[in-house]
Amino acid sequence: MNRTTIDLWVGIFVAMGLAALVFLSFQVANLTGGTSGETYTLVARFDDLGGLKVKAPVKSSGVVVGRVADVSFDNNTFQAIVKFKVEQRYQFPLDTSAKILTSGLLGDQYIGLLPGGDPDNLKDGDSIELTQGAIVLENLISKFLFNATTSGDGKDKEKGKDTKAAATADEFEE
Amino acid sequence: MTQPTSFAFLRALGARTINAVWRLGFATRFLLATVRHTPAAFRRLPLTMREIYFAGVLSLTIILVSGLFVGMVLGLQGYDTLARFGSSEALGVLVALSLVRELGPVVAALLFASRAGSAITAEIGLMKATEQLDAMEMMAVDPVARVIAPRFWGGVISMPLLGALFTATGILGGYVVGVVMIGVDVGQFWSQMQAAVDFREDVMNGMIKSFVFGIAVTWIAVFEGYEAPPTAEGVSGATTRTVVTSALVILALDFVMTAFMFHGVR
Repeated sequence: MNRTTIDLWVGIFVAMGLAALVFLSFQVANLTGGTSGETYTLVARFDDLGGLKVKAPVKSSGVVVGRVADVSFDNNTFQAIVKFKVEQRYQFPLDTSAKILTSGLLGDQYIGLLPGGDPDNLKDGDSIELTQGAIVLENLISKFLFNATTSGDGKDKEKGKDTKAAATADEFEE
Repeated sequence: MTQPTSFAFLRALGARTINAVWRLGFATRFLLATVRHTPAAFRRLPLTMREIYFAGVLSLTIILVSGLFVGMVLGLQGYDTLARFGSSEALGVLVALSLVRELGPVVAALLFASRAGSAITAEIGLMKATEQLDAMEMMAVDPVARVIAPRFWGGVISMPLLGALFTATGILGGYVVGVVMIGVDVGQFWSQMQAAVDFREDVMNGMIKSFVFGIAVTWIAVFEGYEAPPTAEGVSGATTRTVVTSALVILALDFVMTAFMFHGVR
């Protein structure tokens, strides 16, 4: 085995290895499409996070616009505080609302942003006032069972009113 | 100094312990000596190139073929399980994450230890048995600089590249089985994979694992070869020890590194 042949094979080997690395970085890990570049941080308070985790996506109209950066608990209001980073190129009005949604029936949870109509935009460190927490399946089922039993006897008018309110709440959440 | 024979067991235990500690200390000093001779390995680049050829290029076949089959098996098994939960689109995530984080570095390192590590040990051991290393010393050529350091760096450079190639062919194997043969949606396959695999968290940590395994396996291989008793039996024993010790060290190190790397990721 002379030297030029060895050099050629080692060159091919190293080139293949680097190509595999590039493949892993761009095709598998999508290095370019991450939340690289400038971001700004927004804060939102939720009554219930469900299973929201750090690094969960923040979506608007289904497009990923940012990632959850930090999750903590406020011991004064007993609410969850979520800090998330939004890419600088996406701007949202001041009265944007945030919801915690689930992708698919049993999928991961993410934050959905619904833009409002305010002429001014949210800036770095601003907090989103209109929020709606995650739908916890147990609460939903218990509400449904409560509705089914109360509408079943149909005598109590007062309870009927409650049921209606609960039903509208359900519709809103869905 | 005469002792009762009932102490024989304790004495044997003591001798084994002292021997183990001595070997560990000697192996560490040997590694330091090798690292100190790094400039020699790169000044005489053709020597290191030759070792990259023997450790890396000649391992390509086994690494690529094994990677392809591991990925294809992951595709079949993963699809079988995921289809029960109606989420067969997540096949790409399953194949990519298991390969990038664990199987790629670990299986590639195990193959590397048995393919290249054993060859390095046998070669150095035979050089010692035929007194080539002593002959070098007689000619004022440091065998650590001339023989050990190029082999060490050849292995350390080859291992991460082989790990990356194993992972990449494995993912392609999973793609072939999942998308081409079974018919998982091609867009879902790649896009879910890209959403789930993080460059720093997964790809970089996998590469760090490969690199550490490369150092461990090559270190064990050159040390066992250098330390082999200069007999045919000694060389064969050293070669066996290289493969066994490497496998154990790879799996133990993998556990430790995984505990550190992915502990905080929920």
